[in-house]
Amino acid sequence: MTLLAIEDLAKTYDKVTALTGINLSVEAGEFVTLLGPSGSGKTTLLMSLAGFTTPSKGTIRLDGKDITHLDPEDRDFGFVFQGYALFPHLSVANNIAFSLKVRKWEKARIDARVAEMLSLVGLDNLAGRKPRELSGGQQQRVAIARALAFGPRILLLDEPLSALDRMLRETMQKELKRLHRETGVTFVYVTHDQEEAIAMSDRIAVFNHGRIVEIGPPRDLYKKPATHFVAGFLGENNFLSGHRADDDETMVEAFGTRFSAPLQPRERPGDVLTIWVRPEHIRLGPAPGDGIGFRATVVENSFVGAVERILLRTSTGEQMVATLRSEAHSEYKPGQVVECRIDPAAIGVLPSE
Amino acid sequence: MRNFKRTALLLTLPASLVAICLYAAPILQVLALSVTEPKPGLANYQNLFANAAVGRVVVTTLKVSIMTTVLTVVASYIVAFAIIHMSAGLRRVSLFLVLVPFWISVLVRAFSWITILRRRGVLNGALMETGVISSPLDLVYNLLGVTIGMVHYMMPFAILLLYANLSDIDRRIMQAARSLGARPATIFWRVWLPLSLPGLALATLFVFVFSLGFLVTPALLGAGKTLMIAEYISVQISSTSRWDLATSLSTMLLLVVGIIVFAAMRSPALRAAFVARPQQ
Repeated sequence: MTLLAIEDLAKTYDKVTALTGINLSVEAGEFVTLLGPSGSGKTTLLMSLAGFTTPSKGTIRLDGKDITHLDPEDRDFGFVFQGYALFPHLSVANNIAFSLKVRKWEKARIDARVAEMLSLVGLDNLAGRKPRELSGGQQQRVAIARALAFGPRILLLDEPLSALDRMLRETMQKELKRLHRETGVTFVYVTHDQEEAIAMSDRIAVFNHGRIVEIGPPRDLYKKPATHFVAGFLGENNFLSGHRADDDETMVEAFGTRFSAPLQPRERPGDVLTIWVRPEHIRLGPAPGDGIGFRATVVENSFVGAVERILLRTSTGEQMVATLRSEAHSEYKPGQVVECRIDPAAIGVLPSE
Repeated sequence: MRNFKRTALLLTLPASLVAICLYAAPILQVLALSVTEPKPGLANYQNLFANAAVGRVVVTTLKVSIMTTVLTVVASYIVAFAIIHMSAGLRRVSLFLVLVPFWISVLVRAFSWITILRRRGVLNGALMETGVISSPLDLVYNLLGVTIGMVHYMMPFAILLLYANLSDIDRRIMQAARSLGARPATIFWRVWLPLSLPGLALATLFVFVFSLGFLVTPALLGAGKTLMIAEYISVQISSTSRWDLATSLSTMLLLVVGIIVFAAMRSPALRAAFVARPQQ
C-alpha cells in the first residue's frame, strides 16, 4: 500500500534548481534511502517531506491526502537530525516525553511510553542524564527514541550516522535496521554513504544534480545499474572504453579482447561504449575456466586486510583494479604480466557519455 | 614561542601601568581614606548604617536599578529575539541602529530626554495638543524620568549580549520541536526561554551592576530630587567635602557589587554563559 506519494516535486532557490521532477512513492513499512553526493537535492527533498522547506512545484501525498503545505507540527512525522538537535536543557526522559507532553497525554501514559522507548533503544539507566553527559552513540539513540515516541507515520532521518566513528556507525546501522523491523515504522533515510545505503535499505533512490537518477533495491542497483552515475556511485567499479565490433554486431571490443555482450539495438557498429566491471569479478592467474580472457600488467599490489587490491594495466593502456581474497601465495609483483578472466555476466555495457 | 610570550607580556606593560596608576591606586587611596579620615577605625562604616539620608539614597538606587534592569532585559530580549529572526539584510540594518547610541554622548542623550519629557516638552506638548491629556504629566525629574533615561542607555548593551547568546542557539533544536508537534508558543516557553537563561542572567547582572553606580543620567534626569548613590557620593566630595562619608560609601558600593558578581558567577545559568559553545 502506498503511504507516501511524491509527484513531480521541484524546488528552486532564486535561480538555483535544488530539486526537479521528483516522483517517488513509498510503501508503508518500507526503508527507503535517498542517496547522493552533497548538493544533489536529497536533503532538500527530506526537508520538503518534513515541511521545513516549501516546494516550488508538485505535490506530496500521505494516504492520498495532499500535505504539501501542511505545517511540520501537523504532519506527525518523526525527524532525526544531523547532529541530533536534542534539547540540551532537558533530561533524556524529558527529551523523549516532549512530543507526548505537547500532545497532552496523561502522566502515567507518558511515563510508560518513555520507559518503553528507553528500553527499545537500550538506554534504561540513563533516563536522568542530560544530553551533554552522553556519548555520540547514546545521543543518537535518544534522538531516535524522541522521534519515535509519539508513534509517527514516517521517520525521516538526515545523515544520522555521519558524526559517528566507523565502528559505531556499523553498530548503529544494525540498530536502525532492528528498530525499523520492530516498530514497523516507515523510514526515509538520507545519506551520502553508499555502503550505509546498501546495508540498510529496501530501496534506494539515487540522486544527482537535483534529480532521481535511479530507484530500486540495492542488489538491483548494484548488479544492473542503468546509468554510468549509479554504476560508479554504488560500490567500486572499473570503467573502460570499448566499441561495437565492425564485423559482428553482437560483439564488443575492449581492453585488448572481444566478447559478446548485451547491446542496445540503437548502438551501431563502431559506437564508443563504456564497459564496467566490478573489481571482485576480475580473476587472475592461469586458472582454467571460461569467461573473457585477456592479459594485463600488474602496476601495484596493495594488501588491505581481507582482500588484496591489484592495480592492472591492460594492453590498451587503461587501468583497472581487481580485488582478490588475500591468500598466502597470491603474490603479484609490479611489472608481472598476468592472465585475467571475467565472467561475461558480470560485465556491463553502457552507451558512452 | 616562549620568547613571544615574554614579548607579549611586555606589550601589556604600558596599559597595565596606566591602569594601576589611574585606577587601582586611587581605589586603594579611597579605601585607605575610608578607614583613616577623620581618625583611624571603622567608625565611618558604622555611621553609614545610622545615616537616614544614606538609607533613602540606597532605597532609591535599588528601586531605580531594579526597575531599569527588569524593563531593559525584557525589552532587549524582545528586540534581540526579533533580530535573530530577521533576514540577513534587515539584521545588518537593525544591528547598526542598535549601535548608533554608542556614538552619542551620554550627556547629549540625557538632555534629549529632558527635551522630550519635560512639562513643556515634545511629548507633553503633543499629548496636550491632541487633547489626550489636559495638564502636563510629570515625566522627568523623578523616578520615571531617571528610569527612562537609564533603560535607554542600557538597552544597546543588553541587546548585544542577548543577541550573541540567542544566535548561538542551534536552530535545528526549534525544528526538532516543531517536528515533535510543538506550536510556536510552546516552542517559545519550553525551548527558547530555557535556552536563553544564560544570556538573560548575564544581561541582568550586567545591567543591574552598571545601574547601581550610574552617575550622569540620574543626575540630569533626576535633577537632585531622585538621588542615587553615585550622585550622592559626588555631592559629598565636590560640595560638602565629606570625604569620610564619600569614601566609605564608595567602598561599600564596590564591596556589594563584588559580592553580587561573585555570587552570580556561581549560578549554573551564568556559568553556562561563559562555557564554550554548546556541545554537539
